[in-house]
Amino acid sequence: MQESDAQIIFFTLGAAVLAVTLGILPGAALAWLLARKSWPGKTVVETLVALPLVMPPVATGLILLKLFGRRGPLGNWLETHGISVVFTWKAVVAAMAVMSFPLLVRGARTAFESVNPRFEKVAATLGASPLRVLATITLPLAARGIMAGVVFAFARALGEFGATILVAGNIPGLTTTLSTAIYSDIQLGHDSHAWLLLTVSVIITFGAVWCSDWLVRRSVLTA
Amino acid sequence: MKLTLDHLHEPLGDFALSLDCVLDGRLIAIFGPSGAGKTSLLEIIAGLRRPRRGRILLNDRVVSDSATSLWIPARQRRIGYVPQDLALFPHLSVRANLRYGMPVADDRLLKGMCDLLEIAPLLDALPATLSGGEKQRVALARAMVAQPSLLLLDEPLSSLDQSLKERIFPYLLRVRDEIGIPMLYVTHSTEEVQLLCDQLLVLKAGRSVAQGAPHDLLEPSPELRYRLKPH
Repeated sequence: MQESDAQIIFFTLGAAVLAVTLGILPGAALAWLLARKSWPGKTVVETLVALPLVMPPVATGLILLKLFGRRGPLGNWLETHGISVVFTWKAVVAAMAVMSFPLLVRGARTAFESVNPRFEKVAATLGASPLRVLATITLPLAARGIMAGVVFAFARALGEFGATILVAGNIPGLTTTLSTAIYSDIQLGHDSHAWLLLTVSVIITFGAVWCSDWLVRRSVLTA
Repeated sequence: MKLTLDHLHEPLGDFALSLDCVLDGRLIAIFGPSGAGKTSLLEIIAGLRRPRRGRILLNDRVVSDSATSLWIPARQRRIGYVPQDLALFPHLSVRANLRYGMPVADDRLLKGMCDLLEIAPLLDALPATLSGGEKQRVALARAMVAQPSLLLLDEPLSSLDQSLKERIFPYLLRVRDEIGIPMLYVTHSTEEVQLLCDQLLVLKAGRSVAQGAPHDLLEPSPELRYRLKPH
């Protein structure tokens, strides 16, 4: 294990944590809206949110590149405020966030749907406002399922490659993640080093997926 | 308690709930087969479902009127609701379940209700650890400590076996006689109607087919303890 390996591992972990953290609030809010409310355009939003799951990751990366590039609508606006995204750590986070968001929303939506609506109805007859019902009944009962979705999304973010390589590149010490480092090791014939990083990836993602499944099992028992 | 259902109309799949009646009594039974619209009627009265048409008055206070678009939401109606599955909040202790709907933390009221329904030893337990009869009493207590002006009970004894039912009856009678909160009681059981209720509304496919005192509408039956008289 080299010093740069630790940097890659911690950078990947940090970027994945940040990407998922940024998605929690909008993801949970969207999941609640999808699970509990009917509104015009709901199916369109559902499909849009699921798109990164089914589209080739490279295509998602290309969209992000066009969006955040210097001439892109968002990139241009950010540049005027002194913020560059493409080929920086921010692009890594953006790619991870977009690719993991559908899993986060899916997990949280299932969690909200698994809460018996009768609990919320009874709480309303006991005088609770919709906000109090959400804070004291719905969220606590859905919390484990939401966390399971978050952890699963984190595992997906850790393994993100296609969109990342397009929008952030593979700049050593700057944007290299576990996945892109494994890719370049294979390209350069450093197979033993690739295997080392692969082992680290497998251990982290195994832990995350196991944790997510454990949380789902616990939430099924208590909801 | 006087509950007025004035030209109430709500489509329910294959049929419509359509009622125009005044219910007056301390403990009123809504009796009818499964799928007659009993639970939907309770949800409409509780403010959990908005009816397509009609007006609902509770003791001359209008709580819903489609003509003027008046709609008082469930949280402001002060109508307690105990659903068939009881819906005790599984993540909260019995004490927290009871306190959930109390307008102010009133320990005397809480203690009085716990003594009446004999649930004081259960206060620190979680609902999952309670027996069927204990859950029933906790759900009843939770609805009552919120001090509702009307209590809706949706087949509260249907999931209990005969011996448990017989143990719960005295508690329901105590609630009826000592607390004095009027109740609307959905049931399939003529025995429960005869023992507990002073008024009966018989529903069939969303419509009232009979209304009156149980002794006028029920007669002894050789197979059952009571059955509906032909009407």
